[in-house]
Amino acid sequence: MEYDVIVIGGGPAGMAAALKAQENGAARVLILERETFLGGILMQCIHTGFGLHYFKEELSGPEFAHRFIEKIEANPAIEVKLDTMVLDVQPGESHQVIAVNKADGLMQLNAKAIVLAMGCRERPRGALNIAGARPAGVLSAGTAQKYVNMDGYLPGREVVILGSGDIGLIMARRMTFEGAKVKMVCELMPYSGGLTRNIVQCLNDFDIPLKLSTTVIDIHGSDRVTGVTIAQVDDNRRPIPGTEEHVPCDLLLLSVGLIPENELSRAAGVQIDPITGGAQVNEACETEIPGIFACGNVLHVHDLVDYVALEAEVAGTAAAQYCKTSSNTNGDYINTQGENGVRYVVPQRVNKRAQQPVSLYFRVGQVYADATVQVRAGDTVLASERRARITPGEMEHLVVNPEQLAGIEELIVEVVV
Amino acid sequence: MTKMKMICTACPMGCSITATVDDNENIVNITGQNCGRGVAYARAEVANPARSFHSTLRVADGDLPMVSVKTTAPVPKNTLMDCAQATRGMIAKAPIAVGDVLLSDIAGTGVDLVATTRVTANG
Repeated sequence: MEYDVIVIGGGPAGMAAALKAQENGAARVLILERETFLGGILMQCIHTGFGLHYFKEELSGPEFAHRFIEKIEANPAIEVKLDTMVLDVQPGESHQVIAVNKADGLMQLNAKAIVLAMGCRERPRGALNIAGARPAGVLSAGTAQKYVNMDGYLPGREVVILGSGDIGLIMARRMTFEGAKVKMVCELMPYSGGLTRNIVQCLNDFDIPLKLSTTVIDIHGSDRVTGVTIAQVDDNRRPIPGTEEHVPCDLLLLSVGLIPENELSRAAGVQIDPITGGAQVNEACETEIPGIFACGNVLHVHDLVDYVALEAEVAGTAAAQYCKTSSNTNGDYINTQGENGVRYVVPQRVNKRAQQPVSLYFRVGQVYADATVQVRAGDTVLASERRARITPGEMEHLVVNPEQLAGIEELIVEVVV
Repeated sequence: MTKMKMICTACPMGCSITATVDDNENIVNITGQNCGRGVAYARAEVANPARSFHSTLRVADGDLPMVSVKTTAPVPKNTLMDCAQATRGMIAKAPIAVGDVLLSDIAGTGVDLVATTRVTANG
């Protein structure tokens, strides 16, 4: 089968990319999705707060997804294969995708352009090195969210949550609504990684304590979790002897970070940025392999789905363009670089002949109050904005216009205090 | 006189605001905010703190086991657990369209509970 664009992943990034690719002239577009429905992780994010930037109204996750699903269903040029697992992506003259599902069996599909939109997954217990037994009742927050919201199971009644990322905060409220007692949220860092709105509306509203500079150092129980030992940590995040406290519980939820899911990309030879965990791309979301694009949380973990959709539209548009010209890469690039507090910048390189304004997305490594973020080339400041507060949990972005790119060699993004 | 402490959610700053309220529930003083939005937030939190409620209901005869729901408008903060209680044990019958009212006047708030996922009938 020969397609113009194959999109891997049917979440918000994949759907937005497919729609834009079709709109910009790709005649045959295919979405491959491993779940039995489109929408991705949005379908289990039943709380509201999505769409404020993209749709200018506040929607729940499923509603945000539904708006894209309806457009995909109404578009005969976009084919969708659900319940389909992609096994391999092989770059070539025509890119090849090996996928399998129950109806079609093993498939060999070809496309002029591929959009990687596989999203991310949660950092598991194994990545944390928490000591203790291996009983049932230790779940990532997103797994618990799926059990409660999609399957209708309550995975525990007395809950401790480690990590104050937004999914952990959202689940504290959700478990409370379902009748569980959430005893506390522990956060290793001296600040929360979650949005202020979520701290107020998911914890403070229900008198759930947030314990900063605190972590779980031991997990107890043989078949089922019976409790955890928590301890305060010092400035180097090491447990402070004498501060240990035993907390009885039957469920420990982990909300300790997200990792882009790039096994397919790596196997295909796509260059991965060691900091973002996602592909290295140009301003059109194109990887270093011509005709292979990446967008959404598989490229870098976003804070808001609105930005995922906007980025995916850039990727979808560029994929359609690539189908027509077979090349948007002409090798003349400016590298981007994060300095002075900026951990990473996406895209990693910008074409000197970019036609559209280029959005530079980035995150900082610590909390700043009353600071300026700026893009600089040498001593020339190209874009600059003041921020009352910048936190590692929020993605920032600045825009550079094409005419500003003439004659410059690098783009530095930095924080000025 | 009572002092109400709150964290403003108008922006990521998260100012810690204290509103002093007299015995007639009039605000006599607001401190801790860095801008006018903090004053508006504190006034709303004192007069009528409201929150959106969202949950899931079991589905009968549908292609999905659960349907997600939300209130069409924020409900008073102190009715959130009543809303949660009202939805417990409820069963919604497929087919369900996004926006279908599944429970009217939830917990006496005057606000409706609507579906946010589409569920197709089995069969």
